[in-house]
Amino acid sequence: MAETTFSCNPRSDRNERKDRGSTDRIKNLRRISVFESEPCISMERAVLLTEAYKKYEGCVSAPVLRGLAFKHIMENRTLYIEKGSIIVGEKGHKPWAAPTFPELCCHTLEDFDNMNQREKVFFRVSEEDKRIQRDVIIPYWKERAMMSKMDRLLPKEWHKLFQAGLYTEFLMQRGPGHTVADGKIYQKGYFDFYHEIQAQIDGLDYNNDLDALDKKEEWEGMKLVCEGMMIFGERYAALARELAEIEEDLQWKKELLELAEVCDVVPKHAPRTFRQAVQMYWFTHIGVTVEMNNWDAYSPGKLDQHLEPFYEKELDDGTLTRDEAKEILESLWVQFNNQPAPPKVGITLKESATYTDFCNINTGALRPDGGCGVSDLSYLILEVMDEMKLLQPSSNVQISRKSPEKFLREAIKISRKGWGQPAFYNSEAIIQELLYLGKSLDDARESGIASGCVETGTAGKEAYVLTGYLNVPKVFELVMNRGFDTYTGKQVAPDQGDLRTFTSYKEVFEAFYRQLKYVVDVKVAGNNVIEKMYMKEMPVPLLSVITDDCIKSGKDYNAGGARYNTSYIQCVGIATITDSLAVMKKHVFEDKTMSMDELVHACKDDFHGHERILDLVYNQTPKYGNDDDYADDLLKDVAQALQDAIAGRRTPKGSKTVVEFLPTTCHVYFGQVMGASPNGRHAGVALPDGISPEKGADRFGPTAVIKSASKLDQLKTGGALLNQKFTPKVIEGEEGISHVAALIRSYFAMDGHHIQFNVIDKETLLDAQKHPQEYENLIVRVAGYSDYFNNLDRALQDEIINRTEQSF
Amino acid sequence: MKPYIFNIQKFSLHDGPGIRTTVFFKGCPLRCKWCHNPESQCFEPAGDLYTVRELIKILKKDQIFYDQSGGGVTLSGGEVMAQDMDYVEEILKALNREGISVVIDTSGYGKTEDFDRIFSHADLFLYDLKTIKEEVHKEYTGVSNERILKNLKYLSDQGATIELRMIMVKGVNMDQETIEETITWLKKENIKLNGITLLPYHEFGREKYKKLGRECTQNFEKSSEEELLHVKKQLETAGYPVKVHN
Repeated sequence: MAETTFSCNPRSDRNERKDRGSTDRIKNLRRISVFESEPCISMERAVLLTEAYKKYEGCVSAPVLRGLAFKHIMENRTLYIEKGSIIVGEKGHKPWAAPTFPELCCHTLEDFDNMNQREKVFFRVSEEDKRIQRDVIIPYWKERAMMSKMDRLLPKEWHKLFQAGLYTEFLMQRGPGHTVADGKIYQKGYFDFYHEIQAQIDGLDYNNDLDALDKKEEWEGMKLVCEGMMIFGERYAALARELAEIEEDLQWKKELLELAEVCDVVPKHAPRTFRQAVQMYWFTHIGVTVEMNNWDAYSPGKLDQHLEPFYEKELDDGTLTRDEAKEILESLWVQFNNQPAPPKVGITLKESATYTDFCNINTGALRPDGGCGVSDLSYLILEVMDEMKLLQPSSNVQISRKSPEKFLREAIKISRKGWGQPAFYNSEAIIQELLYLGKSLDDARESGIASGCVETGTAGKEAYVLTGYLNVPKVFELVMNRGFDTYTGKQVAPDQGDLRTFTSYKEVFEAFYRQLKYVVDVKVAGNNVIEKMYMKEMPVPLLSVITDDCIKSGKDYNAGGARYNTSYIQCVGIATITDSLAVMKKHVFEDKTMSMDELVHACKDDFHGHERILDLVYNQTPKYGNDDDYADDLLKDVAQALQDAIAGRRTPKGSKTVVEFLPTTCHVYFGQVMGASPNGRHAGVALPDGISPEKGADRFGPTAVIKSASKLDQLKTGGALLNQKFTPKVIEGEEGISHVAALIRSYFAMDGHHIQFNVIDKETLLDAQKHPQEYENLIVRVAGYSDYFNNLDRALQDEIINRTEQSF
Repeated sequence: MKPYIFNIQKFSLHDGPGIRTTVFFKGCPLRCKWCHNPESQCFEPAGDLYTVRELIKILKKDQIFYDQSGGGVTLSGGEVMAQDMDYVEEILKALNREGISVVIDTSGYGKTEDFDRIFSHADLFLYDLKTIKEEVHKEYTGVSNERILKNLKYLSDQGATIELRMIMVKGVNMDQETIEETITWLKKENIKLNGITLLPYHEFGREKYKKLGRECTQNFEKSSEEELLHVKKQLETAGYPVKVHN
């Protein structure tokens, strides 16, 4: 079953309550956002972008072109103010309106129809939208879009493997991102950044600095986006005053004038109040996500720590109450929720089929000096998360050895309500992961964050780019099929030899490694092409302004200007391949219960007619997830192979490549393009997510799964995602919280990076009855003991379903 | 002689405090009609045999979870006290050496000298008392409760930590009189208890009887919430902390 964290439909909010929110105002805003908004396309950005490009392209450098385009957009775009809102700013012309980015991906009219008509993750497209796309956008952008150029420039081998589903390419439809804010925007406004940048320009030495021109152009681009940001704020202030003039509702009139005053300050100047600080973040967020459709949008990072000084001061001097702060945060939450991820098509849609834009808040992280960062604001954010129950922003907690037990327990209480948040990250692991990659302890502590999905980075100082997912089990399938891909019907990789002639397991593993290296080489070569293209043509001056050390270096975020640069490859399906190798090692070479030929044939036939083989591979083989060293040692071998093949390569802009393990929805797509695997996984079935065991493989409960997962050396990765499912009864009451807390503390003591709990409700149990094969590792509480749901007889299952709460 | 172990269950949450691994031994001298583990009853070989070293190796795997949660290992079954005592004692001593807490879940039906051998190695006894009434006990469990009561007193006198477990079966042992008699006996014999846990009868073992080809003896009425609370109150009034399991 696909994990419940990301949903394709905003209205699949399982809680039917339409009145969430701590005040009437928020109840109203949330209701509009969740129940009364329809996702649609917003053509405005594309139109304004095209105007700017038509005017300036060819006349100015790339950074200046991007700066002028951004400024033009911000000067002319629609501004939206929802009545009653406290925090303002939308990506598009209204909430839930998604702008397009034809400079990256120029949608065809078929794409638009598909977006309009598909059942999941749809976006409404009007006839007028289509007309504009057809008459204005496509003619200009069809050949200019990065995606079209990439298509031409990427080598044949790359395309073969891409079509065969060996990997995905993140940067075809969206820009490099996965980046998180640090605290600088709470200390400086864009006016201050502007002057900093100007000072750099003034200090240029054209005689001795051989990069002087490139730097100047980048800085000019940065100045332009700063102007764009300031204009954005000024326009909002002016609009608010205009609306106040004619507003008859005296309360709202007053609030509009207050809003205008906030926008007089931010984003031009540093915020002075709690509300201004929140608005400053939000304006920045909108700016960054209008400039480019970066993956994972932008995230506030350690929001509790950034807002804390404002919060404490105003609570002390009486200008803010805790309830008011809560309301402001809830308004921010609504704004997050109003911004769907940019519409995706094709394979990119399959790897990330969701409206969620993966904005992530890390609450309770360590402070820059290493001290515990849990404050009243951390608890307040948990309350907001719990009350608002929205997919975005994704609210997560960092747990460290210094975290108070109470904080952990409060987070678990919310998590067990079953909708997947918060997830739990390990502060000490994050810091060690960053140190392993050569970051300073100061930077690791100040900014060590887990962003959008799961991966680690240093907020505000790093460009950590996800380049795509890697289908590890399929690499092995290509070995078994001698380089031939049954999905596309083509030879897509070298023939590493006929497995049937191999005389040892070692030979098999070596063949796997050779094939892995081949696939990774092709993928990284492609990454390098794409990275060079972004370096030359698609700078992001705004993101560069707010990411150290781009202003200092005069280099763009996409060109290596950040202090740290990391390029991630996400490996999917590690459990499947581990278990498959276990089958080969044990059955073919050690116990000789089957020949290689029999096994290969069984896979080709999807095990039909090969019941003996299926029973052996499924029931009589050590598997990952059971704290069994036989299988777990193979997992370590695979992880090492991935490290050897991937890690440490240098990219054109100076990044280091890093391995990590997280899937979003890609594990579903990757399973679809594969036949049956030697471990008994049937053809087309989704791979397990993250580092979770293969479905049905784990038979000894969560402690065994966690022990297995901890044997992976996660500190050498950018992160690993582990999902554990329970029914509410298993973790009921205060004792239940204690048990979950013990699981988390144990896993984190063993350097686990992340864990999240999906608690299953009645609907899901009913589904589990109908499709038991999808729920093979679901544990339920029976009566004084827990057992696998599939092990229980029908009557018992009914009994449990009847007593499982329906909503939380 | 190695005893047969038919299950080793990790992440046990209800066999003592914290997260535990429960070892289920095969074979029990009782034949309680409400038993929800009928497959554990007869002494016929089934399951696995482990040397002490092998078993300890398995039990140590979750040590980090025991440490974090205040958990450990629980010996259960079947009946622990009906197994080879040399083996049981060795397991207990090994667990003690490893610093792993030990809970023994027992019906109490064993030799007093066996209890004497091992009680100092256990941190907690989950001690079952089906009913104080001898005739009723014989009818529903197949054995007398004489030595069960004797051993309970013995353990208490030796200072063992005991949580008394009383399965509540309507029409058998929940009536006011039985409870009164129980209280009277406990007080008279000066039995010191950590607490009492009431386990409401349930029928979640029916399929197992079918699979074993046996007639299912679970034919009792389920008690109501009030009836359980009534018993709880009776015992609490007598001064015992009471938990009701579900």
